[in-house]
Amino acid sequence: MKLSGKVWKFGADVDTDAIIPARYLNTSDPQELAGHCMEDADPSFPARVRPGDIIVAGKNFGCGSSREHAPMAIKAAGVSCVIAGTFARIFYRNAFNIGLPIFESPEAAAEINEGDEVEVDAVSGLITDHTTGKTYRAAPVPPFMQQIIAAGGLIPYVAEKVRKDV
Amino acid sequence: MTITEKILAAHAGKKQVEPGELINARVDLVLGNDITAPVAIREFEKIGVKDVFDRDRIALVPDHFTPNKDIKSAEQSKILRDFAKEHDLPHYYEVGRLGIEHCLLPEQGLVGPGDLVIGADSHTCTYGALGAFSTGVGSTDLAAAMALGETWLKVPESLKFEFEGELGPWVGGKDLILHTIGEIGVDGALYRAMEFTGSAIEGLSMDGRLSMCNMAIEAGGKSGIIAPDGITRGYVEGRCRRPYKFYASDAEAKYEKVYSYDVSRLEPQVAFPHLPENSRPLSGVGNVEIDQVVIGSCTNGRMEDLREAAKVLKGKKVHKNVRLIILPGTPEISLQAMQEGLFQIFVEAGGAVSTPTCGPCLGGHMGILAAGERCVATTNRNFVGRMGHPESEVYLSNPAVAAASAILGRIAGPGEVE
Repeated sequence: MKLSGKVWKFGADVDTDAIIPARYLNTSDPQELAGHCMEDADPSFPARVRPGDIIVAGKNFGCGSSREHAPMAIKAAGVSCVIAGTFARIFYRNAFNIGLPIFESPEAAAEINEGDEVEVDAVSGLITDHTTGKTYRAAPVPPFMQQIIAAGGLIPYVAEKVRKDV
Repeated sequence: MTITEKILAAHAGKKQVEPGELINARVDLVLGNDITAPVAIREFEKIGVKDVFDRDRIALVPDHFTPNKDIKSAEQSKILRDFAKEHDLPHYYEVGRLGIEHCLLPEQGLVGPGDLVIGADSHTCTYGALGAFSTGVGSTDLAAAMALGETWLKVPESLKFEFEGELGPWVGGKDLILHTIGEIGVDGALYRAMEFTGSAIEGLSMDGRLSMCNMAIEAGGKSGIIAPDGITRGYVEGRCRRPYKFYASDAEAKYEKVYSYDVSRLEPQVAFPHLPENSRPLSGVGNVEIDQVVIGSCTNGRMEDLREAAKVLKGKKVHKNVRLIILPGTPEISLQAMQEGLFQIFVEAGGAVSTPTCGPCLGGHMGILAAGERCVATTNRNFVGRMGHPESEVYLSNPAVAAASAILGRIAGPGEVE
């Protein structure tokens, strides 16, 4: 699967309050959350993000709260994937669990610029910046996480396991 | 093995585990709140099981936007209430009986030493103070664990933190952890278990230990843990509702890294906006005028915290430019504080005392900041917009510093008000 779009660039330690401020967590409706995604970091983001767009950020993306509303808001906003130097632990789990593709590459995170056209091969982890012509290789996805992705997320994976056990 | 590896091995039915190993582990308790559990319940319904794995091992604590602040948040809480009724869950806590989850569950004896706990709240790492392995997850992980009674975990590398020396006056667990985060950064323990040891930890009360482990996540940690000892025994005996087990790291246990700090001269710490790693000793703060002080939260809403604040506030008045908000962690803490006369001290000083809620800590309600306002808070995060307007600021401190700041209208130490 190829993911491609225009890049929105953010810095290091983007926290979950920046991704979706807690004042909007009185709902868990993905579309409603998407309307406020990243707004404290860039107020224009919710209105201007287009389907397929890619978030590129520095180290420790998604630090802070366990709110699954964070990857949920990003996904519902139409963002095709997130590339970061590193991901905070709970965000990492949550993204795989709900089927938001994420890729770790400190080099790509450092060099890709705001507005670049980027394509990611979700299977091989090859990241291509069509604006600069540079390519990067994301850290390989652990085999267990690949199984979750293949199942379509943690819930389908668990549902299958439950069916087999019966 | 480390204490963390031993607990994980025991819950995976293994003799031994290694860092990096993926395990399926049995959970002793899972928890969710009014933000995370509605999503978990929605996902749980999709799995195709009729019942939860064990109704005694699920805690639902609607503590974030409660007493509900608006219709939407009331609808979210109702999802928990209805689910708890449908599955007859004994550990659902209703307003009036609920506390801030990480104050409430240890107090009620729902977690104990040697437990493996996952919670859909990042500060679930708090219970490491009891010698449990405890970590935050998202709603979907909670849903899966509610169905299966187990979860997948990667065995983390352990980092050992040795704190040696006797702590000075007005210096406690909060200061130790703010100092540590300042040293290693907000991702300094990413994916790692943080093991806190040394003479300063041995001398630390359970409330101080809970404050410390609570903020392991602010260094990116998967968990924080303190080996159980006499102080732990004193806390859990007669309280813990399930059998518990004390684990300890072997002398030859392997750590990815060992950090040693002499904390005998450590000052109270203040973390400047907008990251918990921006911690400074109190003497390096300078003149920072403030508009609000919040004392409470899952980090510092316990008895010892309120006593410390009251000691500073007794007979004093809150500065005319400052709003002081005090949030006791649980109904039991409220009662105790009332009996000890602490509420009288707070109200006479001009502070507002609230029912237990996470409230302003996450910018939910009960004390939201306007643009340009500054707050000293005993909470755990000072991210942009954490307590309200994106142009407001949060400074993290211990309860004594927060109380002194409330009196003087600027960030100050308790020594300045005596």
